[in-house]
Amino acid sequence: MASSENGGAFVAFDRVQKSYDGETLVVKDLNLSISKGEFLTMLGPSGSGKTTCLMMLAGFETATHGDILLDGKPINNIPPHKRGIGMVFQNYALFPHMTVAENLAFPLEVRKIGKSEREKKVKRALDMVQMGDFGGRRPAQLSGGQQQRIALSRALVFEPELVLMDEPLGALDKQLREHMQFEITNLAHQLGITTVYVTHDQTEALTMSDRVAVFDDGRIQQLDAPDTLYEQPKNSFVAQFIGENNTLHGKVEEMKGDTAMVRLDNGEVIETVPVNVKNVGDRTLISIRPERVEIDKGRLSPDAHTLKAEVMEFIYMGDIYRTRLKVAGRDDFIIKTRNAPDQRRLKPGEMIDIGWRPQDCRALDA
Amino acid sequence: MTSSATDPDAFTGATPDNALRDADRAEGPMLAADGTPLKKSLMRALRREKMRALMLIAPLLIFILVSFIAPIIDMLFRSVENQIVSETLPRTVIALDDWDYESGELPDEAVYRALAYDLVAAEAEKRHTRLGSRLNYETTGISSLFRRSGRDIDDVGEVYADQFIALNEAWEEPAFWVGLMASETWIEDQAEWAARAADEENFDRAEPRFRLRDGVAEVLPQTASAYSEFARITQVEDEDSPTEEEPWFPVYMALYHDLIDNPDAAGAYGGQMAEVLGAAAEAAPGFESQDIRQTFLDIEEGWGDLEVWGTIEAFSNPYTAGYFLASVDLQLTPAGIEAKPDNESIYILLFERTLFMSLVIMGSCILLGYPIAYLLSTLPLRVSNVLLILVLLPFWTSLLVRTSAWKVLLQQQGVINDILVWLGLVADNERLVMINNQFGTIVAMTHILLPFMILPLYSVMKTIPPTYVRAAKSLGATNWTAFWRVYFPQSVPGIGAGSILVFILAIGYYITPELVGGTTGTFISNRIAYHISSSLNWGLAAALGTILLVVVLVLYWVYDKIVGIDNVSLG
Repeated sequence: MASSENGGAFVAFDRVQKSYDGETLVVKDLNLSISKGEFLTMLGPSGSGKTTCLMMLAGFETATHGDILLDGKPINNIPPHKRGIGMVFQNYALFPHMTVAENLAFPLEVRKIGKSEREKKVKRALDMVQMGDFGGRRPAQLSGGQQQRIALSRALVFEPELVLMDEPLGALDKQLREHMQFEITNLAHQLGITTVYVTHDQTEALTMSDRVAVFDDGRIQQLDAPDTLYEQPKNSFVAQFIGENNTLHGKVEEMKGDTAMVRLDNGEVIETVPVNVKNVGDRTLISIRPERVEIDKGRLSPDAHTLKAEVMEFIYMGDIYRTRLKVAGRDDFIIKTRNAPDQRRLKPGEMIDIGWRPQDCRALDA
Repeated sequence: MTSSATDPDAFTGATPDNALRDADRAEGPMLAADGTPLKKSLMRALRREKMRALMLIAPLLIFILVSFIAPIIDMLFRSVENQIVSETLPRTVIALDDWDYESGELPDEAVYRALAYDLVAAEAEKRHTRLGSRLNYETTGISSLFRRSGRDIDDVGEVYADQFIALNEAWEEPAFWVGLMASETWIEDQAEWAARAADEENFDRAEPRFRLRDGVAEVLPQTASAYSEFARITQVEDEDSPTEEEPWFPVYMALYHDLIDNPDAAGAYGGQMAEVLGAAAEAAPGFESQDIRQTFLDIEEGWGDLEVWGTIEAFSNPYTAGYFLASVDLQLTPAGIEAKPDNESIYILLFERTLFMSLVIMGSCILLGYPIAYLLSTLPLRVSNVLLILVLLPFWTSLLVRTSAWKVLLQQQGVINDILVWLGLVADNERLVMINNQFGTIVAMTHILLPFMILPLYSVMKTIPPTYVRAAKSLGATNWTAFWRVYFPQSVPGIGAGSILVFILAIGYYITPELVGGTTGTFISNRIAYHISSSLNWGLAAALGTILLVVVLVLYWVYDKIVGIDNVSLG
């Protein structure tokens, strides 16, 4: 993205690079603009540079090169405490020697806000996360979920326009995590704050965000809304990293406008949507989502191409059936079928035909 | 409704769950499955573990008890123990009961007579000088009084001896005295022993211990007491036999007074002994008597000093607060507790100085150690380990070497003064005095105790995650506010641990103040060491040590109340 496009953005990274040791770049040429009120998630495996980006934005790391702009002004040389950015840390970082109310009052106190005003705001912030009765407790007396709420309300109590969250739900159990995901997004939208959220959990990223930036190797691999990201991954890393994905290996045989014919390694030719393959003869990795695979011929168009598959394993998972198949010489092909009354339960050893709509079958870089 | 067989709440049989339900219903103590109270059952289960733990620590525990705790308790006991007066002068102490210092008069003749018996016995056992030095702590001059009296005390009662012997030569015979005083069985045992000692070549058994004749203690009480003491000391101290030694003169004096008190004493005897004793009893009232008080006054004028008697009376109890009073610059005088004269008051000053300097040392250790510990805790592990070794380096050199090094550095012709003179900051004839005063002690001890501050601080700071400070900054706190409001409070347990450690070590420090402290920089421990090894006033040393121990325990308790000992962390 060119810097001119950043004009209307609330937060912008402009050609930002970061190196810790002077030899390797942790963040390579990052360009990103976030508009006001947006919930943006930085998603990526550990070491992909997402947390470093967040820390640069918060002011705890300095960019080796490039500018970070907040509301149009470069903030590279502004110390963290003057940036006015709220932040929620991975382990909450609630001050253990202060009560919950004191923790919340802290950012107001250092801003020299009067006592009565302070108390009012603390109370409102506590009520906002349904923790009104816990003001007198110490953080150690709270459960993980409660601590999480307090950390959230502390980051919001001084009404920042931008809130950063560094894997805030990492320490919670699954159920609580799902509940908190919902609460955080609700709160963020209600208050209209801009949120930058870092996580390595792709479900979290998909469910919470307006847009997701997938990081790998110090670069943004794809920046899109969750549905686009899931359904139209731009490269094989994104396809593999987001959700479950089946891959078939092959070689481009023929390019016809918006379709590409690919010869699989076992000789069969299938029709795919070319995403980042250009030339005939390129090696390609074909991606098909497990839930888009049909085992019922009646649901496919009559001319749809089908492949033979052998059932290797059938796993009952409650809401869905997960079946592992051997397709085109590879035995890690997964399909997911809904647990409906009329749904077939496949048996290991059974031979079936599988098929899909051509647009669900994307040819990516190998 | 499910059947009772599958219902999880079915209530049949003795299962642990049912036992719990039983207990719930009974509202009594919780019961185990077999019906015993759960507490008891748990105790039984844990007993084995406890026994095992005890066995593991037993060797060390026994070692510590025997070689450390017991001697310390014994030592502390010396701070109140004062048996030496009542043991050395038992008769005098009893006789003094009737005397009152406030009366302003010297004790009566009976007291001096008792003193004569006691002092002769003590002199024979060479105990009188020790008592003299003990009482000299309280009143100066008593030591020499006892020492000099020892030489002439033997003659007290000679007048009576001469008169008894003039009356009958038998009174000069050891054998006659033995017949008069000793039990018949002892005489037989002694004769048998003497015969064997003469016959057998390698006979090395000691003479049988002297035993008094039955009833003699009633007839001639003072004589019995004086003679048995004479016999005991002759046997034990001189390794002689009473059968071969003429009794001391005070024994004659005792006999004279017994015969005056009980002229019919001879009635208890028969034969020659009754005859001689009867004659003596008849003649006794006509004997020339001796004024013992005057005799003592002739020997040493000091025995006419009211203070001497007052001191003996004041310290006649087997336990005394005297050492503790002396430790706080008071003294137990015959007239009661008084403050010591100003020129002898030193202990309060020393205690105050010890506390003050320990606090200063603790404070400078915090000031110097805190930044270092902070740096250590924030550096990468590899670097901080190297720095930590530098911090620990002083531990691997001898304390004496380090202290001596400070001597070399700080003295007037030392390195620091030389450099200052060379730089022209200090004139050659005005070199700074940095050693043999408080400054020297504080500098050297701060250096020596610094690691004890750094290590607990470091281990506490190591556990404070850097995210707290980051969080504070993200919430709008400046660097200083983030440190002071967030980081510092969390490092307080480390400061507490380090301070306790340094303060308690400093308060009892000895070598360094001794070497670099001069006169103004010494601690109470130097005084304790002086009393242990030089003045040999162990009682006072023990009292000072006890006070020091109590002060430390009280401070610890106060600290626990204020900071809470749970907040102290060594990592």
